[in-house]
Amino acid sequence: MSKIKIAKSHSNRSGTRSSSTAPSLDMTPMVDLAFLLVTFFMLTAKFRNMEPIEADPPSSTSLTQLPEKVMLITIDTAGRAYFDISGRTVREKLINRMMVRYPGLKMTQEQIENFSKMGTFGQPVALLPQYISGDDDIKNALDEVGKGIPLDSLNNQLGDWIQEGYYAFVDDATEQGLTREQLKEDGLRYAIKADANTEYAKVEKVIDVFREKQIFQFNMVTNLEGSDANADASLTAE
Amino acid sequence: MAEIVQGGGGKGGKKKAKKGSARIDMTPMVDLAFLLLTFFVLAATLAKPKAMEIIYPKEVDDKEDKTKLDDALATTLLLGEHENEIFYYTGAYKPDTTQLMLTDLSKDGFRKIMLDKNARVNDQVLQLKAKLESKEIDEATYEEAYKQVVGDKDAPFVVIKTVDETKFKNVISAMDELNICNVRKRAIQDMAETEAIAVRQRAAELELKKK
Repeated sequence: MSKIKIAKSHSNRSGTRSSSTAPSLDMTPMVDLAFLLVTFFMLTAKFRNMEPIEADPPSSTSLTQLPEKVMLITIDTAGRAYFDISGRTVREKLINRMMVRYPGLKMTQEQIENFSKMGTFGQPVALLPQYISGDDDIKNALDEVGKGIPLDSLNNQLGDWIQEGYYAFVDDATEQGLTREQLKEDGLRYAIKADANTEYAKVEKVIDVFREKQIFQFNMVTNLEGSDANADASLTAE
Repeated sequence: MAEIVQGGGGKGGKKKAKKGSARIDMTPMVDLAFLLLTFFVLAATLAKPKAMEIIYPKEVDDKEDKTKLDDALATTLLLGEHENEIFYYTGAYKPDTTQLMLTDLSKDGFRKIMLDKNARVNDQVLQLKAKLESKEIDEATYEEAYKQVVGDKDAPFVVIKTVDETKFKNVISAMDELNICNVRKRAIQDMAETEAIAVRQRAAELELKKK
């Protein structure tokens, strides 16, 4: 396909050709490829929401991918819990349900809209409207002093988020015409992303909240272990 | 910057002007394309996060299981409060006679021990895998058979015991080792006070450096 063409326009006239003419390379295929790649990356790229915390998960050899429809609880080293659920329509239903459960929680239409677009958050219900409307500075300040979503037995807001999140998900799925059997196969999954150095007791606290809600199956978010990736192969060798 | 260069230099009058095609200097556009390409390649998180599935028992099931399982098949992994305080013992815990053995969660640590103990199950799993690869059985049959093999009532089981300070990554590494060794009968429990004391004593005896 690609040929190197030597420019001929001037060469016929005189014997001294090499000094004045430059060889030209047909770059069209390369440029085509470049644009193809640009288009691919642009279309597949999903912009990640800003996360209020850094939690660096431990590594494992597990190759299972994190499910698409997921409720994700992030736990940092201090044991603060953060909540996230996938799906904009699900989030919209969730916040409406939470406003019913917490009559003190009042949000404008715009705030509801923003909530449904937002990613992970870790604020108590009382501070949520302020957090959503705030700019990045306010958000950072609130995250810094915040203690995550309360989960002690007297004020178990995390449990309410989990429960209402589940109902919102089911409502949304029913609206989309999914049957119960399909939901069982492809329903909401629960993931926990905890920092590697978190004390296990703090993770267990969150797990206990789930267990109260009769949820026993979790996906622990992990990084793929680089050095031990051939662990399965070593088993075969023995 | 961008100039439109007429091909043929516009020399030979009307006839040549038709033949020569208009050429556009595409360099800036190509530059931009590569810039964007570089940006997206660097910004892309190609590897989606992975996840490890862990199933916790309901409280009721927990007690039932304890009475059913045979102590002889039990291995208990104790994860102490420091990262390198990892011990194990086999059978039931007897305060005076049980000896805590030091191990670690590397390739040559606990994995070797469990691969050895679970050798029978592992052999069966390998046979199943070979059958799956040679297309003798399909995926569904394999899953079914795998569950049966690892859930066998004579298969060894492991209890992971933690204290409050145990690091989350140790628990995950331990579960990972069990996955590798095909030990599917396992549980995570809180360490009993007597065991916690024993771990501390043993760690002091061995003068483990605290990490």
